[in-house]
Amino acid sequence: MLALVSPALLVILLLIMLPVGWLAWQSIYHDGFTLENYRRIFTEDIYWRSFALTFEISLAVTVIALLLGYPVAYLANAVPKGWSMLILSLVVLPFWTSVLVRAYAWLALLQRTGVINQFLRYLDVIGEPLALVHNIFGTVVATVHILLPFMVLPLYATMQKIPGELMQAGASLGASPSLSFVRVFLPLSLPGVLAGCTMVFVLCLGFYITPELLGGGRTVMVSMLVSRNVELYNQFGAASAVAVVLLASVLLIFVVVSRFIPLDRVLGQK
Amino acid sequence: MKMKRDLGIGYALLGASLGAIVLTGTAAHAAEQITFVSQGGVYQQAQTVAILDPSAKKLGITINQDSIPDAWPAIKTQVGSGKPIWDVVDTPTGYCLRGGEQGLIEKLDFSKIPNAAAMPEAYRSPYSVSYEFYSSVLAYSQKTFPKDAPNSWVDFWDVKKFPGRRALRNHPIATLEAALMADGVAPDKLYPLDVDRAFKKLEEIKPHITVWWTSGAQSAQLLNDGEVDMEMAWNGRVSAVAKEGAKVAFTYNQGILQSTSLCILKGAPNLGTAVNFLNEAVDPVHQANLPVHIDYGPGNPKAFETNVIKPERAAQLPSEPANAAKQALMSYAWWSSPAGEAAEKRWASFMQK
Repeated sequence: MLALVSPALLVILLLIMLPVGWLAWQSIYHDGFTLENYRRIFTEDIYWRSFALTFEISLAVTVIALLLGYPVAYLANAVPKGWSMLILSLVVLPFWTSVLVRAYAWLALLQRTGVINQFLRYLDVIGEPLALVHNIFGTVVATVHILLPFMVLPLYATMQKIPGELMQAGASLGASPSLSFVRVFLPLSLPGVLAGCTMVFVLCLGFYITPELLGGGRTVMVSMLVSRNVELYNQFGAASAVAVVLLASVLLIFVVVSRFIPLDRVLGQK
Repeated sequence: MKMKRDLGIGYALLGASLGAIVLTGTAAHAAEQITFVSQGGVYQQAQTVAILDPSAKKLGITINQDSIPDAWPAIKTQVGSGKPIWDVVDTPTGYCLRGGEQGLIEKLDFSKIPNAAAMPEAYRSPYSVSYEFYSSVLAYSQKTFPKDAPNSWVDFWDVKKFPGRRALRNHPIATLEAALMADGVAPDKLYPLDVDRAFKKLEEIKPHITVWWTSGAQSAQLLNDGEVDMEMAWNGRVSAVAKEGAKVAFTYNQGILQSTSLCILKGAPNLGTAVNFLNEAVDPVHQANLPVHIDYGPGNPKAFETNVIKPERAAQLPSEPANAAKQALMSYAWWSSPAGEAAEKRWASFMQK
């Protein structure tokens, strides 16, 4: 068994553990040990602002992606095989387009002279164009679009494993469709909900392109702080420290969440 | 390389097969290449036609191109790793100076770069040679302002007299200069910058800025799509947009005249070829060809004496003497001084408040 696993372990060690370790080392060592990089993060309020903004945006994106993704996954699970293949391929299709292109497409839709504002003005719904982009709103919209497949796919995978007979059993015991959904289907789909939310939330924490292109320069997420710090300070430690704090806060979230929910069972789906 | 060829001739005299020499010869030639990095877009295309392709042909080398909007972090990464991939970088002059001070950029031996040695001293540093001039200008939409367009940074700051959406660059360089001119400082009295005064003036305009742009392409897109009515932008980006038919214009009045320079990464893989290329790239004729393809001024002033640039064309260029007189000349020495670095760090907290 160990022999079979060892190539994968080696890849993880070489490509993940070592670089992360090197990153952490750099954040505390630069011509001698120093905590200057961490002092800066915990005393200058721009870091606090960025971290708070990043978690707020990630939370908003996760909730919206769940609200949009759950019905899609439910539908894909409920319809006959051919239809569900069609729905899933539509979900996966955007993967073949670069994130950059999709971000620019949202710019074309959302900006002052963009499709949406033009249309609303044509209908005379609005007098002045709405500020839909170059702010947090535009960033969240585009990020949700890009991360939505990461919500739908785990949800669908979990729903596939819920036996249809259970809903019939609920109905036979006199439950209305909505009651058996709430009491039977929804609880059984929760592992998928949790897996999808975790994926989307964690991926969103490190997002760079959408806030950079659609945030108007004001929406400074943590990933942008990392690149900015390489530019501003004369060593990588300043940027590494930001990355280490982000990583630590993600791990902290996992620890806290796993106290309430058995994450290993949920993600492992045993 | 020279030695290899001599050895080849030696083998030939010794009666080695002809094929071997031909092989050594081609192998050595193919090895002569450099990786050149600039900022992409129409700007890099223009250089390719005016400077890079002719230089490659003349020197018989291959020039591999890469592009990045902001080379500084990459320079630090590559040199820091001890194995740089790039050789020559075209980057704002300040980065060459700062890189030189930090040991990231090779010190130049001007005896090997005669074209640069002939340039005025203000156009080079121990680490860099000025490559082209551009200007951070006030650009505006002619649709919004068919007449009485904003003509100075005082106008840009006057949101009552000139209503409309505005954009500035998400960077303190040139933006602080503009703020000080908006506050009444004369273009030739800017340095050393009064940083407090500049940030105070920027706080005034901040609520009226729709976008803080980060790349030249983004600034062009904002103007082209009518997303903003006026903005600070680089002159070449604005005229490229105008050429494609958008109703936009700009003024050189109170522009901030800036340059990018060529410099070589410390420990560059093809150092010798890179130095030869540096000399060829600032050749007056190649340099004079650059403004044929894009609205940037040559870095080598001798280019204006080659008769390649027609007088009416020269009048459109940022570094043309009459245009230069209306503008503020950026001091890269100030920006790479401790005060300049402190101002750059202060920018982040200004943006996020």
